[in-house]
Amino acid sequence: MSELLKVEGLSTVFPGTPRDVPVVDDLSFTIDEGEVLALVGESGCGKSMTALSVMRLVPKPGRIDRGTIVMNGRDVRGLSIPEIRKLRGHEISMIFQEPMTSLNPVVTVGKQVVEAIQLHEAVDFGAARKRTIELFERVGIPDAAPRFDVYPHQLSGGLKQRVMIAMALSTRPKLLIADEPTTALDVTIQAQILELLRDLQRDTGMSILLITHDLGVVNELSDRVSVMYAGRVVEHAEREELFGRPVHPYSIGLLRSNPALSRPGEPLPEIPGVVPPPDEWPEGCRFANRCDRVLEVCGDEIPGATVQGPHKFVCCHAIAREGADD
Amino acid sequence: MLAYVIRRLSYGGVVVLGVLFFLFVVFFWVATPDDIARRALGEKAPPEAIEQWKINHGYDRPLWPWQSLEDNMLFSHYESMLTFDFGRSDADDVPILEKIRTGAGPSLALTVPMFLLGLPLSVMLSLVVAVFRETYVDRMGVVLCVLGMSVSILLYIIGAQFLIAKLLRWFPISGFDPSPQVVMRFLSLPILVGIVSSIGSNVRFYRTVFLEEVHRDFVRTARAKGCGEARIMARHVLRNAMIPILTQVVIAIPFLFTGSLVLESFFGIPGLGALTVEAIQGNDFATLRTMVFVGALLFVVAQVLTDVSYSLADPRVRLE
Repeated sequence: MSELLKVEGLSTVFPGTPRDVPVVDDLSFTIDEGEVLALVGESGCGKSMTALSVMRLVPKPGRIDRGTIVMNGRDVRGLSIPEIRKLRGHEISMIFQEPMTSLNPVVTVGKQVVEAIQLHEAVDFGAARKRTIELFERVGIPDAAPRFDVYPHQLSGGLKQRVMIAMALSTRPKLLIADEPTTALDVTIQAQILELLRDLQRDTGMSILLITHDLGVVNELSDRVSVMYAGRVVEHAEREELFGRPVHPYSIGLLRSNPALSRPGEPLPEIPGVVPPPDEWPEGCRFANRCDRVLEVCGDEIPGATVQGPHKFVCCHAIAREGADD
Repeated sequence: MLAYVIRRLSYGGVVVLGVLFFLFVVFFWVATPDDIARRALGEKAPPEAIEQWKINHGYDRPLWPWQSLEDNMLFSHYESMLTFDFGRSDADDVPILEKIRTGAGPSLALTVPMFLLGLPLSVMLSLVVAVFRETYVDRMGVVLCVLGMSVSILLYIIGAQFLIAKLLRWFPISGFDPSPQVVMRFLSLPILVGIVSSIGSNVRFYRTVFLEEVHRDFVRTARAKGCGEARIMARHVLRNAMIPILTQVVIAIPFLFTGSLVLESFFGIPGLGALTVEAIQGNDFATLRTMVFVGALLFVVAQVLTDVSYSLADPRVRLE
């Protein structure tokens, strides 16, 4: 499979004193065509900022400081404003966590999808409307035709997210970025939306960058997983590999503390402490102060990647030393 | 919606009755019927003439119902206002309707261009400032706005009259001539002063409204589907900012009719604003109460219009 998106050494920063504060730090990943990559981590680890960086939508005054983003052979950072607009919503689409607030409340949902189509293709309103209703049917909105003319507040959260998905798919993107697509929804609706995304991915062959903190969602949808902590990837592996044999102490802790995967009757294990905010990220390994395998070197040096297979690496001094001892 | 409008209008009726009452109380607190007569006839008028004038104009009766239930001025005040029988001016016996008819033209000639030029100008300026948020353009804009709104309108008037009319001689200092060829010569300066003096606070207000919308999630969605900034501002930000804008704008429309008190008196424009100011200065109760009554009615209507316009601008608003 060929490479669709390649992100290398990405750093996204917000201005601060005395120096800029990175929220994404030296991050790299690739997504192949037709592949689903999950970026997983706790709130504030920089996963949403990574997604927005790929679209060049980092909110001001934040900015991409370093790194390359290559989408379909083109350098995203080097694109002009009109070029990046053509990319957005056309080659890369995005759906967001909050379907309640992500749609314009004073425009009918149908017209919002039509707008997405007409921004990128020279089709008249009638044709765009017809396609929108087909998309509504495809994403499982009942009574699709009359629903074209309703306003967002007249739809439930699940239906709104389906409208968002229809809008994202309307221009047949090569890559869909789904930023916490089910977090704001009821559990039963979550399952339906995930199933829909999986079906759509299979049918269209598009790639998905899935941003989530929910390991259940990762397990449902993804092919490969990058675990993020404090702006950096700490472990990357195939999904079965990560769920079966997590290596990084943070990944192990994250999996253990997932209620869905824990043993019934036992107290839910937790990782002590919280993710430090970006301006308090420690020197060296950022997980060191919460890690149960911490070494002296962890406080001084950021651990490099220890490659453990064609699709697997982990960034941890303890693991690296283990490997060297073998 | 019709039921809503009727209910709101009937609340408004109570407001109008209250306004008429307070006007009556406040006016006769600071002035007596003798004062009205003396201003109409001149300070040197003999006492008999004053008594006669009061009898002719109905000011010889007691003020309050508890002094005389069947014949008092408060009740006849309500009676003549609520039957739209405005009568004649206390100052010069001209029918007040005629005064309104002659004053409405100059007032509208001043306020309508001020409104039609000022509103789009401040909305456009604030959109520009909102697009350039958190840059020096925005910061400069805010500084200028605060400066502009800190200066009193009187200073703008005197400054403009001195600089543009007296030194540069582009326009006359004050005065009015209704003939269409020259009317704009007289109106340009007050219109300019009116727009400039209000633009600071308007731009600041609209900027705040727009900035609130600019950070909404649906604006990010619009960007993510490839919208350009101009389209985002026009289609997504402006439309959602309509409610607070309409609140300011629709309520102002009926008052275009009543003119501008300050601008008309300083620029010698014989409009309804100047008429009101004259009535206050001349103890002309009959004219003053008519202007206040008309203003109160317009206010009530404007409020209902604002509510109706909400339901047109925002599909989530329903009037019940």
